[in-house]
Amino acid sequence: MDLLTNYILHQADNALILGHRNSEWTGHGPILEQDIAISNIALDLIGQARNFYQFAAYRLNELSPSEKITEDDLAYLRDEHEFKNFVLVEQPNGDWANTILRQFYFSSYQLLLFRELSNSPYPELAAICEKSIKEIRYHVKWSSEWVIRLGDGTEESHGRMLNAMQNLNPWIAELFQPVDFDYEADETEAGILPEILKDEWYQRVNRILETATLPTISSEKKSMQLLSGKKGVHSEYLEPLLAEMQVLQRTYPGSQW
Amino acid sequence: MLGEQEIFDRKIEQEIRIEPKDWMPNDYRKMLIRQMSQHAHSEIVGMLPEGNWITRAPSLRRKATLIAKVQDEAGHGLYLYSATETLGITREETIDQLHAGKAKYSSIFNYPTLTWADIGAIGWLVDGAAIMNQVPLCRASFGPYARAMIRICKEESFHQRQGFEILLTLSRGSEAQKQMCQDAINRWWWPSLMMFGPNDDASPNSRLSMQWKIKRFTNDELRQKFVDVCVEQVKTLNMQLPDPKIKWNEETGHYDFGEINWEEFYEVLKGNGPCNKERLEARKKAHEAGAWVREAASAYAAKKNYSFNSPVHGSQPAK
Amino acid sequence: MEANPQSENWPLWEVFIRARQGLDHKHAGSLYAADAQMALENARDVYTRRNEGISIWVVESKNIHASSPAESGEFFDPANDKVYRHPSFYILPEELKNI
Repeated sequence: MDLLTNYILHQADNALILGHRNSEWTGHGPILEQDIAISNIALDLIGQARNFYQFAAYRLNELSPSEKITEDDLAYLRDEHEFKNFVLVEQPNGDWANTILRQFYFSSYQLLLFRELSNSPYPELAAICEKSIKEIRYHVKWSSEWVIRLGDGTEESHGRMLNAMQNLNPWIAELFQPVDFDYEADETEAGILPEILKDEWYQRVNRILETATLPTISSEKKSMQLLSGKKGVHSEYLEPLLAEMQVLQRTYPGSQW
Repeated sequence: MLGEQEIFDRKIEQEIRIEPKDWMPNDYRKMLIRQMSQHAHSEIVGMLPEGNWITRAPSLRRKATLIAKVQDEAGHGLYLYSATETLGITREETIDQLHAGKAKYSSIFNYPTLTWADIGAIGWLVDGAAIMNQVPLCRASFGPYARAMIRICKEESFHQRQGFEILLTLSRGSEAQKQMCQDAINRWWWPSLMMFGPNDDASPNSRLSMQWKIKRFTNDELRQKFVDVCVEQVKTLNMQLPDPKIKWNEETGHYDFGEINWEEFYEVLKGNGPCNKERLEARKKAHEAGAWVREAASAYAAKKNYSFNSPVHGSQPAK
Repeated sequence: MEANPQSENWPLWEVFIRARQGLDHKHAGSLYAADAQMALENARDVYTRRNEGISIWVVESKNIHASSPAESGEFFDPANDKVYRHPSFYILPEELKNI
């Protein structure tokens, strides 16, 4: 698989895995209205995933016309080490604090990235990103408000937010660490190197954390990142997620659904 | 000058909607609260058997449409709670009744979803039966109920089509898929017929409900209509309905069908269905687990004294 | 219903939607939210999933003041007397157009 296609799959996998996680809340949310809100976000993300997978499939089929790969082949028939999503998005939902913080970290990143990619000379990539920006802005808004509500709500919610930060902060560094397909994207100008987003991301995120009376995070602290979702080295959580998601396609290979 | 009862009776007779602040007999109010809140609970509990399969939906398109469908059900529950609250009871109170086992919800959701084909069967049969019940409710005498039902009916038709399409795809697939399809139909057919309630002669509430134009057709009338429609539709699937007694009756112009197992109906209604306990536990758990979230949001709102004193056109935080 | 900060119960909000340019805001239903921002977002999620709206108003239900049907006699009848406000009161020649 060529590097640019991997760059696209990385975007697709992020959206699919996070959309899948959010959809796990359906029917179990803290109040009906928020059940609907998080399902909406899940739908937005799955929609983005589909666009990226379809584009990736198109590229692959151009390169090997005999294949006829579909979006579903990419989502349902790749193994765990072939998925290129961030370790952050495969983390389990945990409680509401954990879920909305995960969303906040990811969407803040996605907004900055897609803002750049909307100017990509690859028209399909630019189109998908531009189309998605409006909904991503909403994801950022929605999750920021929850970070603030829970950070500055009750003692209990504040404590849970601190917990969530402990769980998720270790996975932030990966957002800005380039791998081979990032370098390729940057070289061909199809995309950018993620480190250019780093300062602005920390600024924006810390602004909200401060308002939420939560501790800010330092971009300086470097912890050893032994996992790299982008390289296919995931946490233990991805395998069971995929086993569940892919079960029917794996059990009945070659079937139409 | 007409008395309140007479004004009420005339409105009912003339198909003029009763609105929340109008005078209404106490029993009318109670009947509506019961029916609307139970309808709302059904939508919410109904999210669970289908929501079960979201993570296992076998294609991206199916995944997206299933999430959308289940989300719609949450929305329908919301419209109905909203309509119920116009009668002077809060959503919280009705939910307490549900969790305490004092309120009912549609028994069909106490059956398990065992395979992907069940999702198709629910869309085709359960939503099909629901639509048949719901369309007449769009003309219910109580305004908020009728308006909620109009909204719901508009959204419901995609649900049934989605379900039928799932079954159609399976029916044209592998042997294993065809069997999966038939098996699901076998398990969901009779419970779907039970959704129309007891036979007319065994249904005590129906008479009053029809007199007050909350209910427009009898249980048996709607059930017969449903059978007639499904017998035709199942032919497209090349599948069988699990009832050897189904037979065209030239005289009546309808399909005769077999006797429903009323013992099963009443058992499940009583709370002894396969999933009664799990469904309620799941809802209670979500509600309890959500308490700290709701408290935090209230606390924050109170701290910020969050209100928009500014004109309606924009929303600016009170800073 | 006072929003008690200690309580987990959120206030109820009424939702009004303007579906298209040129139309009025129409009452769509109600929902629970902790604050107005959440109410607006919830309203968007619940009532405009199928692009049914371009403008949303939310008002806490406690702030809605309604006339009572018992008063409708005194409240509305005076208007009924003033029949000359209705166009059909005036009889004009058939040939007259655009009026």
